[in-house]
Parts: sequence; C-alpha cells; structure tokens
Amino acid sequence: MSFLGLAHCSLPPQAESLRQEVREFLAGALAGRGAAARAQSWDGFDPEFSRSIGARGWIGMTWPRRYGGAERSALERYVVIEEMLAAGAPVSAHWFGDRQTGPLLLRYGTEAQRVSILPAIARGELFFCIGMSEPDAGSDVAAIRSRARRVPGGWELSGAKVWTTNAHRAHSMLGLFRTAPEAAERHAGLSQFLVDMRSPGVSVRPITDMAGREHFNEVRLDQVFVPDSALVGTEGDGWAQVMAELAYERSGPERYLSGVQLLLELVRAAGPAAGERARVAVGRAVASMVTLRQMSLAIAGMLEAGANPAQEAAIVKDLGTAFEQSLPEVVHELLGVEPDRAADTDLGRVHAVLLELAPCFSLRGGTREVLRGIIARGLGLR
Amino acid sequence: MNETRALLGETVDRILRDAVDDRLLAGAERDEWPQALWQTVVESGLAGVLSAEGAALGAGWPEAFDIVVAAGRHCAPLPLPETIACVWLLSAAGLEPPGGPVALAATSDEDMRLARDGSGWRLAGTAARVAWGRRATHAVLTATVGAERFVVCAAIADGLVSPGENLAGEPRDTLAFSGAAVAAAPLPAALAGVDTRALGALMRAAQIAGAVQAVLELSVSYANTRRQFGRPIGRFQAVQQSLAVLAAEAAAARMAAEHAFFLVASGGRVEDAAAIAKIRAGEAAGRAAAIAHQVHGAIGFAREHRLHFLTRRLWSWRAEFGAETAWADRLGRDAVARGGDGLWPWITGALSGAHTAETET
Ligand SMILES: Cc1cc2nc3c(=O)[nH]c(=O)nc-3n(C[C@H](O)[C@H](O)[C@H](O)COP(=O)(O)OP(=O)(O)OC[C@H]3O[C@@H](n4cnc5c(N)ncnc54)[C@H](O)[C@@H]3O)c2cc1C
Repeated sequence: MSFLGLAHCSLPPQAESLRQEVREFLAGALAGRGAAARAQSWDGFDPEFSRSIGARGWIGMTWPRRYGGAERSALERYVVIEEMLAAGAPVSAHWFGDRQTGPLLLRYGTEAQRVSILPAIARGELFFCIGMSEPDAGSDVAAIRSRARRVPGGWELSGAKVWTTNAHRAHSMLGLFRTAPEAAERHAGLSQFLVDMRSPGVSVRPITDMAGREHFNEVRLDQVFVPDSALVGTEGDGWAQVMAELAYERSGPERYLSGVQLLLELVRAAGPAAGERARVAVGRAVASMVTLRQMSLAIAGMLEAGANPAQEAAIVKDLGTAFEQSLPEVVHELLGVEPDRAADTDLGRVHAVLLELAPCFSLRGGTREVLRGIIARGLGLR
Repeated sequence: MNETRALLGETVDRILRDAVDDRLLAGAERDEWPQALWQTVVESGLAGVLSAEGAALGAGWPEAFDIVVAAGRHCAPLPLPETIACVWLLSAAGLEPPGGPVALAATSDEDMRLARDGSGWRLAGTAARVAWGRRATHAVLTATVGAERFVVCAAIADGLVSPGENLAGEPRDTLAFSGAAVAAAPLPAALAGVDTRALGALMRAAQIAGAVQAVLELSVSYANTRRQFGRPIGRFQAVQQSLAVLAAEAAAARMAAEHAFFLVASGGRVEDAAAIAKIRAGEAAGRAAAIAHQVHGAIGFAREHRLHFLTRRLWSWRAEFGAETAWADRLGRDAVARGGDGLWPWITGALSGAHTAETET
C-alpha cells in the first residue's frame, strides 16, 4: 500500500551544520520581528530579505550551478526552509519560484527559459505567482476557461484567474490556459505559459481576506500577447505538468508548520510551572509535530531519490493541516478568552492571527476533500 | 532499506501470516499456548534480534521494529515484543538472557523492592497486569537501590501467578514475589533513565502501528467487495474519505513508532522516544478502530469476523504501559521546561536523533 513508501529518513551531518548557519543568520536578520508578524511567515513579503538569502545560496539550492543553484541535496534544502518557517521569516516573495516554478522549469522548461529565469529566482530577484484557479474552476482545475490562441510569433491569452497569491507584487505568473476546446478527454488541451505581469492587457485587482489582509488577487487577461518562448513544456500537456507542480506544492514543511508560532507562544506563556492540562496539550502537540516532521522529511527523501510522492504528499498535507488547525482550538480550550488582535500578550495576538488564518490551510494547494480523494485512489478505491 | 532488513521482514511476516489464523487466535483466548510457533520464532532468531548474536548477524533496532510491527499486524499471541525488549535490557546490563519467553514488568519502586543479600539479590512485592506472565520463564523489571538503577531478572517459578487478561483475552497476570533470589545488575550510565514502562510503551506503539495497518488492509478489501446500492461501498465518496483518514493514521502511527526505534538506536532517550510513539500511535489506534468498525457495518461487530481480534487489541494496547495522556503529560513537562526558545531546537535536535544540534540539558 502506498503509505509504506514513507521510509524513515534522517538528516546527514552536513545538513546539521547548515542548520546552525541558517539559525545564526536568522537570529540577526529577524531580530525585533514581532510574534504576530512571525506567525504569518508564509504571507510575509520582503524582497530585501529574499535577496539576502538568495545571496547566501538558499534559494534554488538543489538546482544545477549553471542555473544559479547550489547543487545541494533536497534534505539540505529541507533544513533551510524548516528553519525559515520556524523562525517566522518573511518567505512569501521567493517561495513560489523556489518551491514550484523553478523545479517545474528544470523539468519541463527549454534551455533558454532555464538560463534566463532560474538564476534570477535563485538570486531572490524574480518573484512568481501561480495562475491555476478561476472563478468556475477551483478544485476542478480542468474546468478552466482562460484561453490561449495562436497568433503570429506567439499566443494571445484571455480570461480571468482568481485567488492568485502575490499577483500584485510578483514579476511573472506561471498560468494554465486552454489551448484546445474542452473535449471528451477534459484533461487534454491544457498548456502552461509564462506571463510577464507588466504585459499590456494584464490587470490585477486585490481581494481582501476575512482579516483585512491583502495577499491574493483577481487577475484579468485581455488579449495579452506572449511570445512562443513563453510556452512551458509541451502544448496540450499542461495537465500532467500541473499535477507534477502540485506534488512540489504539497510536500513541504509549510504544510504543518504554519501554526508553529502559536505552539511556541503557548509554551512560553505556560512556563515551566504549567498545569497538567497545558502539559498534556503541549505533549500531544510535540508528539504530532515530531511525527509530521519525520513524514515530511520522508517525502524530501523520496524527492531526493527521484520518486513522485503524490499520494504520500497528500497524506502529509492532510494530517499537517489538520494539526495546524487544531492549535488555535487547543489554545481556545486552555485559555477560554476572547480572541483579540490587540491583546496585551504575544500568545493572545498570535492566537487571534491564527484563528483567522487557519481556515485556508485545508483549502489552498488542494482542499482536504480533494487530498483524501487522491489518498483513496492510492488505496485502490477509485 | 538494506537487504538483511528486507529479508528478515519478509521472513517474519510469512511465519506469522501462515501460523496465526482465526482458529489459533480463538484458541489463544482459551489459554492455548502455540508452542510450535514460539519454537519457530526463537529458531529464526526473532526473539534475540537485539542480543549480541543478533548484532553479530547485522540485525538491530530497525529489524526489531519490523518484527514488532509484524507481531502487531498478525496479532501474534506470543510475548515476542516483550522478549525482544527484555533481551536488549538484560544484555545492556550484562545479564545473560534466559532463553525462554520473558515478561516485561512495569513496576515502580513502591511495587517492588530489590535488596542485597550477601553477594546476591532478593525481590519482594507485586507486579500487576504483566503481559504473558504465566507463559514466561522469567520477568524483567527495573528497580532503584540507593541512587543506582538496576535491571532485575526473576524466575517466574519463584513467585506466585494470579491470572488476568486484557480486553483481547491476552494474559495480563499479577506476579507476587516474597524475597525470591534474583539476578540483578546496574544499568550503564547512558541508560540510567530507562525503565520497563518506557520500553513496553515503545513495543506497544510498534504493535499498534502493525495492527492499524492490518485494520486498514481489512477495511479497504472489505470496501472493495461488499456491495450495496448496486456497487462496492468503496465507490461511495463518504466511505473513501473515511478510509483516506484511516490510511493517514496508519502512516502516522508507523512513522511515530519507527522514528522512536531510530531514536533509541541513535542513542536518544528511551523515555522521549516512547512518549512520542505511544502518544501518536495511541491516538491512531482509537481513530482507526472507529473508522474500521463503521466501514465494516454489522459483520465487523460479530465474533465470526476477524476485525475484533485487531480492534480489541488496539483498545488495550493504547492504554498499556501508559496511555496517551500520561505520556503527553511527561513530554509536555519536558517541553515547558525548555521554554518557547528551546522547543524548536529540541524537536530538531534530541527528538530528531541529531545530537550535534543541541547539548543535552
Ligand atoms: C489563501 C489562499 C491562497 C490561494 N492562492 C492561490 C494561488 O496563488 N493560485 C491559485 O491558482 N489558486 C490559489 N488558491 C485557490 C485554491 O487553490 C482553491 O481555493 C482550491 O483549489 C479550492 O477551490 P475553491 O476555493 O474554488 O473551492 P471549491 O472547489 O468550490 O470547493 C468548495 C468545497 O467543495 C468541496 N469539493 C469540491 N469538489 C469536490 C469533490 N469532487 N468531492 C468532494 N468535495 C468537493 C471542496 O473540498 C470544498 O470543501 C488560493 C486559495 C487560498 C484560500
């Protein structure tokens, strides 16, 4: 059965010395960053920070040197990103390029695309957004309607993307478009394109989230011209490419570490004299975290070995997001106080932030139900 | 996975799958002892996997993990996990493992008193709910004398056995000793915090991982064959989603337990390893049993179906050697002692098996 593919994996010694290096850097770079800001690590957009870690070789770490990478292992990359998340670093700007666009281009891109794009991502200078979802295509990605039409010298893109994280501040979008009308085989006729966000015809309207934050957007494309060189991979093979991209998207430690600041604040506030209820809650959370971390590491090990851990990643994301979402509930149970963004304790503020962030954990990157469908397929039930 | 490990894993799975059927399990609940199976298990070197001989063959904790998982998966009605753990503890203290089935007694210093008697040792007190006490030749426990921790090996024949059983009908006996002569030796300093309760918890966690895997396999195969409304019930999305949760729990229980064995093998604290594994596997045990029974409908509630052999064990095992709450309290106490700044370094250091990252406090 597929979950047996999750073989226990431990980190090599060189990864541990790298960890110390990252920790020391972050202690300086993030000094003075407040707890509530740390709690939104994944939403923190800071180009200067991204450039500073790009300069250290911590973006695109596993890529070949000729594309600006550092040729380090997937496990070393794992250490860097888990340290970033645990410290609450503002990683959003470079995250998508590092995690999925870069690896996708390495796999499917042309030599010219790799040479022109990957080094800039790795330097922390080129930021990507992901254009999959549309108003009528959420979980059902194949239902997209945005079209790419062949024109002399390239393609003309039209349609609307939605929930596009960072579209208002990214340089480029990797988008999925229909290059052939929807036929009996729904997954055919889809293709991926690189879109410069400054192209004429691209307009971006921010969507404010429930807490008043602005990170995702609606993107309209009105007869946007892109050259032939903007096609990624093979025309019509977009579905398979997107599925590969989603495996990168679902596999990382961000899928269980988004709530870590709340656990740290809880432990801080509880103190060494914590009562039994707090100790039990913290003990359970630590056991879950250690287990999830090993599961997440096992996936990094599989990626390192060249495997495609789609089902395993779905398991880890499903468990990981359920864990992250449990933490605000645990704190509510323990404290029983009104959530307050202006609370006078770090724990109170981080609790309020996480409560209003947690619902999206099991939506973005594939909903809980979609992931469980993938697991069920792996079990031979569909 | 290396070849020795894969080969041993296949061997133990085959031995137990072939021998342990519903009839054998029903017999075990009537107190029948599968002597032939025990013989095979011993002759295949499974019970001694953590002894010096096991090490000489290249076997160790990873192989022990596979064996204990298989014992759980097939509900092996034998004190195999207990014997494996006792052989390790005895060997670590320089005592000779007795050779027969050994019981692991989780006792406190109030329950059992070890006292020097000339050049030897005497043991007095009771050990409650000792797994397979009546079938073992010896019981192993840990006790404190002065400031030193000792491993004790007592011959069962020198004490009194009062029978009891767990929900699954596995022997859980009370052993009473009144000044019996026993073998005892101090634990090496590196293992000073180890007690039989932690070792037992570690074993039960791996057994739970195996049993949850079996529960998943049974449930998936049932969902693919049982038809209602003109199709296999596994075609219904509600059933698929439940089984996906069960699969995730199986994966988590297995990883928690496997990581715990890895931690012990790499010199980590047995109590930390046991806590992580017992908490997470224990949580999975309850969830898995509930989902499996729901998917099986009424037949899974009937004695004639084999599901109950697994679920009754899961409900017992998750509580034996300390339930989730007790271990969570212990792990939580260590966590709050380290504080908010120490938690992450602890998780990525000592709890990860990476001892370079954090100096022990
Ligand atoms: C914070 C955030 C950031 C995001 N960033 C991006 C981004 O950068 N780029 C991008 O392309 N997208 C992004 N998304 C969109 C995200 O991928 C979608 O929200 C997700 O795919 C679900 O689509 P939907 O919201 O339309 O929900 P729907 O698909 O309409 O689902 C609604 C509910 O119905 C359930 N459901 C749907 N289909 C089925 C089915 N077949 N079986 C059972 N249940 C089903 C779902 O599980 C869910 O519970 C983001 C979303 C969020 C919340």
